[in-house]
Amino acid sequence: MKTPVIKANKLTKRFGDFFAVNEISFEVYPGEIFGFLGANGAGKTTAMRMLCGLSIPTGGEAQVAGYNVFTDTEKIKKNIGYMSQKFSLYEDLTVLENINFFGGIYGLTDKQIKEKSEKLIAQLGMGSEAKKLVGSLPLGWKQKLAFSVSILHDPKIVFLDEPTGGVDPITRRQFWDLIYDAADNGISVFVTTHYMDEAEYCNRISMMVDGKIMALDSPANLKKQFSVASMDEVFFELARGAKRKAD
Amino acid sequence: MSAVSLKNIRKTYNDGKLVAVEDVSLSVEKGELFGIIGPDGAGKTSLFRILTTLLLPNGGSATVDGYDVIEDYKSIRNCVGYMPGKFSLYQDLTVEENLNFFATLFNTSIEENYDLIKEIYVQIAPFKDRRAGKLSGGMKQKLALCCALIHKPTVLFLDEPTTGVDSVSRKEFWEMLRRLKEQNITILVSTPYMDEAVLCDRIALIQSGKILSIDTPKKITEQYPGKLYSIRSANTHQLLGDLHSYDNTKSCFAFGESLHYTFKSEGPEETRALQNHLTVLRHEEVVINEIVPTIEDCFIHLMSNES
Repeated sequence: MKTPVIKANKLTKRFGDFFAVNEISFEVYPGEIFGFLGANGAGKTTAMRMLCGLSIPTGGEAQVAGYNVFTDTEKIKKNIGYMSQKFSLYEDLTVLENINFFGGIYGLTDKQIKEKSEKLIAQLGMGSEAKKLVGSLPLGWKQKLAFSVSILHDPKIVFLDEPTGGVDPITRRQFWDLIYDAADNGISVFVTTHYMDEAEYCNRISMMVDGKIMALDSPANLKKQFSVASMDEVFFELARGAKRKAD
Repeated sequence: MSAVSLKNIRKTYNDGKLVAVEDVSLSVEKGELFGIIGPDGAGKTSLFRILTTLLLPNGGSATVDGYDVIEDYKSIRNCVGYMPGKFSLYQDLTVEENLNFFATLFNTSIEENYDLIKEIYVQIAPFKDRRAGKLSGGMKQKLALCCALIHKPTVLFLDEPTTGVDSVSRKEFWEMLRRLKEQNITILVSTPYMDEAVLCDRIALIQSGKILSIDTPKKITEQYPGKLYSIRSANTHQLLGDLHSYDNTKSCFAFGESLHYTFKSEGPEETRALQNHLTVLRHEEVVINEIVPTIEDCFIHLMSNES
């Protein structure tokens, strides 16, 4: 079996007597699209922050891209991609300037950045927009560009936090085409979403309830396990039992 | 008289360079639960801000409860409730203080209209001494709704109340709206979630500042031209690629575990031909069924026609 890109064992984050994340254990494999689902307040954001090296766990252990989440947080940040609905690109820089900037941050050489920019702009069909400010682009384009930039440095894994929120239905599907391309190239994709149809596009899904992972399997197996027809119903069955009603 | 009426409303920003709303006309009847459905950047918030007199249109006219949005803005402000997309209550006042404050602004009291908010307020009442800024997302949303209702508005404007909210809480929120509707309040609600459209009496589908369609959800789906098919196989991703490169494909989009598909030319023979084609490509467990379109199918169709 391939070495997992994420390996979490009883990973925990405790604030006082509140267990935001309570002993979660799972693995994510190369090229896998891993859906990280849960109700608001279930602990998804806290778990994701720990995996991205932004928050030190209070218990358990985890490795991301081969690095320890307690001790190697800086190396983790260099070796992962991250994109969210809230933060993606600098609106007052052009498309090319954003690519240059992020390429520089990730430590790519000028030559690598030039090659990557050309390839990326061709792939997204944004040739005539390359010198336009990102702020002037439609949201859907911004999100597609932000995703491509987040994997500019060929990370082993990319974290996507509600990447398609508010995006129109056609662009939402184009965005998933990009996710599939990345996964085909061996990049693992760790994604959260509130769209239950998108849960179906993941290879495996974990469902968090009150800080714990209550279910983890392929969408087909989860539906079988709960004897329901859709992921929406699986989510409903699990989340309605939640005690926590946080954000 | 309509509760809300817009005629050729237009709104631009940056000296006319950015058109947010282009020639929008629609009317909402009294007591209707009317949905404005569209992605970010469609112009939903601009429309809401014009109707709540917070923004002046560049063209056209609009009335709310019979009052003109420009001439009679003061009257409108007294009779509408508005819940903006962004949480806008006082973070450093408690739950109860916020509610009291809004009641007082409108010369009323919590007691006077308690019936209207009771069902929602009891859910946050245990936290009435907590500062609004310290509430969870779901509770903030409930408090904001209470504050927008406390003066018994005739028209309630809810701008993306369910954005970023999980699907269980979204269902609960829509149940609250259905019950409010029974109190004869006209409700205008915007959302980017297409699946919420069916919960409205009528909807306007909006994209890039233009209305694509206005009707009941049922009629909109009935107007979908041609037949729509659901296609499945053991490998959905592979199937999507293969269908995109098939000659007789008009459109093909992923919808959860199946693909929604339309033919360029359709008939029993074409369906059989496609079935054979997929068998040749070694797809397993292929199932092709005609299905009833969803609002999202209609939106995609109308969007493709526009561009």
